[in-house]
Amino acid sequence: MFKIVKREEMSEGTVILNEIEAPLIARKAKPGQFVILKANETGERIPLTMAETDPEKGTITVIYMVVGKSTALFKTLMVGEGYQDIIGPLGKPTDVEKVGNVVCVGGGTGIAVLHPITRALKEIGNHVTSIIGARSKDLLILEDKMKAVSHELLITTDDGSYGRKGFVTDALKDVLDKGDTQLVVAIGPVPMMKFVSKLTQEYGVKTIVSLNPIMVDGTGMCGGCRVTVGDQTKFACVDGPEFDGHKVDYDELMLRLQAYCEHEQQCYNDFCMLNPQ
Amino acid sequence: MVEQETKKVKREKIPRQPMPEQEPELRAKNFEEVPFGYSPETAMKEAERCLQCKKPACIAGCPVEIDIPGFIRLIKEGEFTKSIRKLWERNSLPAICGRVCPQEIQCEGVCIVGKKGEPVAIGNLERFAADWERENGTGDLPPKAEPKGKKVAIVGSGPAGLTVAGDLIVKGYEITVFEAFHKPGGVLLYGIPEFRLPKEIVAQEINFLERLGVKVECNQVVGRTVSINELFEDGYDAVFIGVGAGLPILLNIPGKNLIGIYSANEYLTRSNLMKAYRFPEYDTPIIRGRNVVTLGAGNVAMDSARTALRLGAENSRIVYRRSRTEVPARDAEVHHAEEEGVEFFFLAAPTKFIGNDQGRVVGMECLKMELGEPDDSGRRRPVPMEGSEFELECDLVIVAVGAGANPLLTQSTEGLALNKWGYIQADPKTGKTTKKGVWAGGDIVTGSATVILAMGAGRIAANSIDDYLTWGW
Ligand SMILES: Cc1cc2nc3c(=O)[nH]c(=O)nc-3n(C[C@H](O)[C@H](O)[C@H](O)COP(=O)(O)OP(=O)(O)OC[C@H]3O[C@@H](n4cnc5c(N)ncnc54)[C@H](O)[C@@H]3O)c2cc1C
Ligand code: SF4
Ligand code: FES
Repeated sequence: MFKIVKREEMSEGTVILNEIEAPLIARKAKPGQFVILKANETGERIPLTMAETDPEKGTITVIYMVVGKSTALFKTLMVGEGYQDIIGPLGKPTDVEKVGNVVCVGGGTGIAVLHPITRALKEIGNHVTSIIGARSKDLLILEDKMKAVSHELLITTDDGSYGRKGFVTDALKDVLDKGDTQLVVAIGPVPMMKFVSKLTQEYGVKTIVSLNPIMVDGTGMCGGCRVTVGDQTKFACVDGPEFDGHKVDYDELMLRLQAYCEHEQQCYNDFCMLNPQ
Repeated sequence: MVEQETKKVKREKIPRQPMPEQEPELRAKNFEEVPFGYSPETAMKEAERCLQCKKPACIAGCPVEIDIPGFIRLIKEGEFTKSIRKLWERNSLPAICGRVCPQEIQCEGVCIVGKKGEPVAIGNLERFAADWERENGTGDLPPKAEPKGKKVAIVGSGPAGLTVAGDLIVKGYEITVFEAFHKPGGVLLYGIPEFRLPKEIVAQEINFLERLGVKVECNQVVGRTVSINELFEDGYDAVFIGVGAGLPILLNIPGKNLIGIYSANEYLTRSNLMKAYRFPEYDTPIIRGRNVVTLGAGNVAMDSARTALRLGAENSRIVYRRSRTEVPARDAEVHHAEEEGVEFFFLAAPTKFIGNDQGRVVGMECLKMELGEPDDSGRRRPVPMEGSEFELECDLVIVAVGAGANPLLTQSTEGLALNKWGYIQADPKTGKTTKKGVWAGGDIVTGSATVILAMGAGRIAANSIDDYLTWGW
């Protein structure tokens, strides 16, 4: 068993942080890589990109949003309990290079994934501006952590309850208008990455996104995670999860993410009936 | 003399004992094993059909050279425990081989009795001995040599890796198997369905190795969690790579990424390993098609098409671009599939998948084929017939047209020479790769083959590893 040593609830309990003992993975993991978790014998294999790793302590941290049966099940796991299986680190690490001025854009739990990448990009000597957004103030996560690893942090909320009212793309546009941005890293919901990429394409700024298709093995064995990038089919688990944002077919990805929505609903409802709250 | 004569006459009169099976209509709706196995009486009767040849053709036909007349004689005499011990001398996974080996082209294909009538049912007898031991045996372990003080790492827990583990543990080595999935067994677990190879049996065979002292470490993706070089740093003296083929081949035609188009690997892994056929008791979902089309006609395709029936398909069709004579699956599998209601469309190939506005597959366009000149494989090449387009309605497509070499491990390991298709180069006589202290065998060397060939390669590598750890590279 992979034991949970720390657990936090964020975003009004819709987002959960787990720090988990996984020394072999912690020893190897690099920013941008993910793990696959399975809670118990009957559980599903769920990929989550790591938000933090501590090789000395031998722990990894994941932050996930509760969206269906499997994450609802994850949410019931308390400190001292744990996951039956965790596999990783999987996927390619982020290419961390000194390029000059970098903008890191995050939305939802994507901010958790963005955080270690932002830190690495800053540590290597880039000037980092970060933009993070949420629907409203209470749903925003990791503000302090992002502030600590960025030269400048901009915040947007859809309802204007905190920071600038609007979308991350509004704030990004202003930064891009100033010119002299060499790289944008965007991680969050698929529509957000789609619109960020559309915008940066207009400005001709290289953009990296991190994709989260449905996966099974995470080792390139099943092809379930396939995404179209340019005119090629790529397996996100081994060729990604990061890709050139200007080439990704986001519409196809959004459809494919809906493959099991009916199953999800059935499963989730059953689970919620049995586990009220 | 006279007595012998009558005995011979009697023996010749015994027909090949059929294996009782679930009725097709019934079994097409459940995941329980199709054949029930022999009773001790039937097994003994079948065993009598063996002529106990002085130069047994069957042994030469067996990739691991099981003493076939030897174990059959012991069944005939009712010495079932001795019989399984005889099998174990050459084959550590008899319950599995008895079920999935292509006996018709191996031992049974060359059995003398088969020259005039039907061959001795060697596979059924092997299965009987192994099942009997599992259900009634003593559970005693075979003897183990003194500890050698050397450690061997095995990467991949398919039949190749398990064979190396079984062979070397009894020779006194410390063995650890590293498996990427959360459960060991390789294709035996995630590929071959329950109704053909119950997972309980795979688990028991692995449990047997664990009782012998083999350590199985799951969730270890070698090349990611740990590298081959790190295994040596961690004190392993030799490494065997048996990671299987493990790369799905998908079709590169329009609509290939629509929802409802699975690689056979994904479809079978969801159903078998993740037990999606028991959704929602198990959490992993699977698309249950009404009109299912499986592309390809190998064992993997048969398993997929038959799984689809069990998951409620009204139509389960196989579309294959060559003709019936070229079908690569075992006859028994094709026969079982047909009995259960799988339909075959020969000489046809898809040109395009058609989707709806939700990105789900609703049909496919195909072209009819005719057979032209033989290609590299010696089979006649299918050539499209112009203007022969036709459409098939389908809400689930399973692509089972073959597998390739998964590059995850091979590309993260320096010094391993690969062939032009990405498979590992290994000496067929020893299993040695170009990297010192590293052996390889099974599908990652040969490309997709069979359980028994993977085991044969494991056996050869195990012997060579033993030599190396005793005498040097
Ligand atoms: C659906 C299906 C039906 C089949 N039916 C038959 C049949 O009836 N009869 C027959 O003889 N053959 C059959 N075969 C073929 C047979 O199963 C294979 O040839 C055989 O299993 C190959 O054995 P292997 O040990 O080389 O590899 P595999 O069985 O593929 O095992 C490899 C193992 O290595 C693991 N692995 C991969 N990469 C890594 C890594 N980097 N680190 C750690 N572990 C890793 C995999 O997860 C897997 O568990 C069938 C195959 C399939 C797919
Ligand atoms: S060839 Fe047939 S008859 Fe002869 S020993 Fe083998 S199984 Fe028996
Ligand atoms: S998750 Fe199976 S290939 Fe990527």
